[in-house]
Amino acid sequence: MNKIDDKPLLRVEKLKKYFTKRLSVIQKRSRIVRAVEDVSFSIYPKCTFGIVGESGCGKTTLLRCIFQVVKLTSGNIFFEGENLAELSRNELRDKRKNMQMVFQNPFISLNPRMSVLNIVSEPLRTHTEINFEEIRQRVLILLDQVGLEKDHLYRYPHEFSGGQLQRIAIARALSLKPKFLALDEPTSALDVSVQAQIITLLRDIQEELDLTYLFISHNLTMVHHISDFISVMYLGKIVESGLADEVFHQPQHPYTQVLLSSTPSLSAQYRKDRIITKGSVPDASNPPSGCAYHPRCQHAMDICGKIDPELLIIGDHHQAACHLVNS
Amino acid sequence: MKLQPLLSVKELHLHFNTYAGKAYVLNGVNLEIMNNDFMGLVGETGCGKSLTSFSILKLIPPGGEIISGEIFFKGDNILIKSEKEMRRIRGQQISMVSQDPSAYLNPLFTIEQQITMVIKQHQDLEKNAITQKAHDLLQIVELPNPGGILKSYPHELSGGMKQRVAIALALSCKPDLLIADEPTTDLDVTIQAQILDLLQKLRKREQLTILMVTHDLAVVAETCKSVTVLYAGKDVETGSVDKVLYESKHPYTKALLEASPNPKTRGQKLSMIPGKLPSTSERQFGCPFSSRCPKAMPICNRVIPTMKQLDEDHKVACFLYEDERVR
Repeated sequence: MNKIDDKPLLRVEKLKKYFTKRLSVIQKRSRIVRAVEDVSFSIYPKCTFGIVGESGCGKTTLLRCIFQVVKLTSGNIFFEGENLAELSRNELRDKRKNMQMVFQNPFISLNPRMSVLNIVSEPLRTHTEINFEEIRQRVLILLDQVGLEKDHLYRYPHEFSGGQLQRIAIARALSLKPKFLALDEPTSALDVSVQAQIITLLRDIQEELDLTYLFISHNLTMVHHISDFISVMYLGKIVESGLADEVFHQPQHPYTQVLLSSTPSLSAQYRKDRIITKGSVPDASNPPSGCAYHPRCQHAMDICGKIDPELLIIGDHHQAACHLVNS
Repeated sequence: MKLQPLLSVKELHLHFNTYAGKAYVLNGVNLEIMNNDFMGLVGETGCGKSLTSFSILKLIPPGGEIISGEIFFKGDNILIKSEKEMRRIRGQQISMVSQDPSAYLNPLFTIEQQITMVIKQHQDLEKNAITQKAHDLLQIVELPNPGGILKSYPHELSGGMKQRVAIALALSCKPDLLIADEPTTDLDVTIQAQILDLLQKLRKREQLTILMVTHDLAVVAETCKSVTVLYAGKDVETGSVDKVLYESKHPYTKALLEASPNPKTRGQKLSMIPGKLPSTSERQFGCPFSSRCPKAMPICNRVIPTMKQLDEDHKVACFLYEDERVR
């Protein structure tokens, strides 16, 4: 894959984000929730970087950190070589033109009181000073790009189906011609046949506009389908990352293996013996000692409860954090 | 002699009276579930999956009206039963688990209070026996530490645990048929695997018959024995999972399968189903899928195809498989 030789478009270095959770209203007792712990990765231009994890693993917090919506506890985020945390408000605003986001649920992320024209043109109106007629022309081009019609311009969100709404959300994200698009579970609220339409649309516009994607999902099959790289997160940490095919076909971390085997699959070939984990994702404010996954892990050893394994390189671009891999 | 099905739904038509006129939601649904079967009812949003399952319990939302059709449960027609008789069937013979367990577990009562409430309603038992029974039920659904869970409130449990409690509630009166309406849609994949595994075990251990409503074909492929595919309020294909999903005949089933991402098609374009679901406000005169079907023939727009037996355990409603004479 020659795309990797380029300089990364987005680089995340040792990102940490802690929240404090008040335990009691009266007493000032609190606990630290390590939502994102020591996460590093690079996203190369024109690639799709997929992040998989269950709810509560810090996927969305990570995204919010990248967009500087929340302040980082520590770590650096470089976009086109510039450290986002060091930028002033105005500079950051300027940078955000190049990085846009599509959210999970289009029924919520689109304002029901705004017409499609208003929704799609809002970024144009805030960031540029072009006149109304030009805006209208731009919006029409955008709608065409995402497969919507001219007469949808003055309609309101309630008149559309879920798939169409997601198209509108994508048009809005594309309006400023960004280089980088973050997709937070863009298809999980949609039906299978509509899902396929949106995924195909995303692929087409990626090729057409040379976009870079960060694709977040809980569905490993879906992430594998669209991504060049995959990172698997568990409780705020990356436990495995690598080229999509490698992570999918030769998972090293027990959690990735479980995730893969619990994902229902249509092809009998992938329907091997299912590994079923015990329990659920632990509370992030009170994580287990050592490796966060060890209480649920089928291969847990003594050392797992004591020492947290580090992310080690085990192959070309392939990394995993597990004592099994070390030994 | 042919075995009598536990439940059979025949040509069920259900309409809604709305301000905008009639909405034709179910247009001749047929279902046949044998004893101890695990059937999946699959379809996209708005195809009438949930309404079919509500009709089986004769719980039709306001405005809805069953125009014609029959539902036989153990040989009796449910639709002519009085409300009083239905109360004896619901919960005791047919029970239901729905998508979001936190929506129907009362947040103000402990799990024990909620389970005993249901048992008291249907069975004549002493107080101690009821508590013991509640305890046993939680053991049946494999919850660790049943004593502790009985004393806790819904907010103290995780999503997977709540769904287990919901299943325990549904099983409290030893029903013959369990209807599970998207039981795992809100859960993470690893928890989904746990719940599906539990349902399979319960089917064997408790001699339960399960009808699982879902939109996920992969879930059906992994758990069910038989499957019925619904499209626009009409069953289009039914039979054993192996036949319907791996030797599918109906163009809609094929299209749905091709639209789902799978490991083999990585990087390729997902095929799409053109167009969208027909509107429920218009009455269908032909095959509901004809407007989107790649193989549509003139007859498809005029006549509604009937179910044709292809194999011992495979039926399809499509003119492609009819004789030349019929076409």
